[in-house]
Amino acid sequence: MNEWLAAWSNPQLVGLFFHFLTLSLLSIGGAITTVPEMHRFLVEQQGWLSETQFSASIGLAQAAPGPNLLFVAVLGWNVAGLPGATASMAGILLPSTCLVLAATRWARANRERREVRAFSAGMVPLTLGLMVATGWLLALPFVRVEAHRWGTLALVALTVLLVLRTRLGLVWMVLGGGVLGALGVV
Amino acid sequence: MSTEAPGPAALAKPQSLGELFWAFTRLAMQGFGGVLAISQRELVERLRWMSKEDFVETLAIAQVLPGPNVVNLSMMVGDRYFGFRGAFVALAGMLLLPAIVVLVLAALYGQVSHHPVVVNALRGMGTVAAGLVLATGIKLLPALRKNPLGRPVALTLAAATFGLIALLRLPLPLVILGLGTVGMALAWRALKP
Repeated sequence: MNEWLAAWSNPQLVGLFFHFLTLSLLSIGGAITTVPEMHRFLVEQQGWLSETQFSASIGLAQAAPGPNLLFVAVLGWNVAGLPGATASMAGILLPSTCLVLAATRWARANRERREVRAFSAGMVPLTLGLMVATGWLLALPFVRVEAHRWGTLALVALTVLLVLRTRLGLVWMVLGGGVLGALGVV
Repeated sequence: MSTEAPGPAALAKPQSLGELFWAFTRLAMQGFGGVLAISQRELVERLRWMSKEDFVETLAIAQVLPGPNVVNLSMMVGDRYFGFRGAFVALAGMLLLPAIVVLVLAALYGQVSHHPVVVNALRGMGTVAAGLVLATGIKLLPALRKNPLGRPVALTLAAATFGLIALLRLPLPLVILGLGTVGMALAWRALKP
């Protein structure tokens, strides 16, 4: 009980929780789309994180296993340790998970209705186009660097080929990419 | 690897909440640089809980709702089999162990983050992660075959989405609102009883 009171009187934890709470419902396409706003709040307004800490947090979470959303936990951790990570994750997850559950149940109960079928039939092509676009945008920063351009393109092509033609575990491909990178091949 | 979608009879499902939890933990722990590609591999190809079409349709709904697609997807899959409990167990499976790993890494990261070997290894991993997402998108394209829009229209919409997002860099909500409305209007007409 005392710990809870202490947590609620810690301005950093309350700030983190409510900041991520307000961003949750805006994060269409993933929490990563609200990064500019997080940067404004955590780095520019509050000064809780440095520029380097901020981008390192995001880079780390993207390289580590698990959903990219965990960069929110790392940001919170770098501000206020484990309580900070917990407050941030609770804030970003609470509103969106409630909405997702409500919407899913409604859509499933009404899945034979024409408007629900039109919705998913109309959205599926966008989802696939978006997936290809995401792959493209993820590779782009590496392709832009002259020294890595051809290595990057070759490795992307090799990965696509391996995924489409073999049953090789995806983890091995990512780790292989890490080894090739460390050896300076790409 | 079969390109045929398994019929409803061929689909499996999780027998317990424990199985659900570990399935998503296993999936998340393999997801370096994003979980989308591995979700398709695990849920559609290995576990066979979903058909290719079902996966894309569920993802399409996950996409327009706020929150990360794959996190939304995990809750939608869990909810389907075990209701609210399933949704939260799947969510916990997706986040718990990976969160511990990433926070331990965050605690250690400071010392090694600027070492050139680490920077290069991360670049190599990031490149492969990009290829994985790209390949998953290509692999799921056959799911458009059964789309009521018809394949040419569906492929045109997919290509237009790629162009607007990847080349013109328009914000996602705008593209969903614009192209999504067009897609839904066309599908609405195609589904006329």
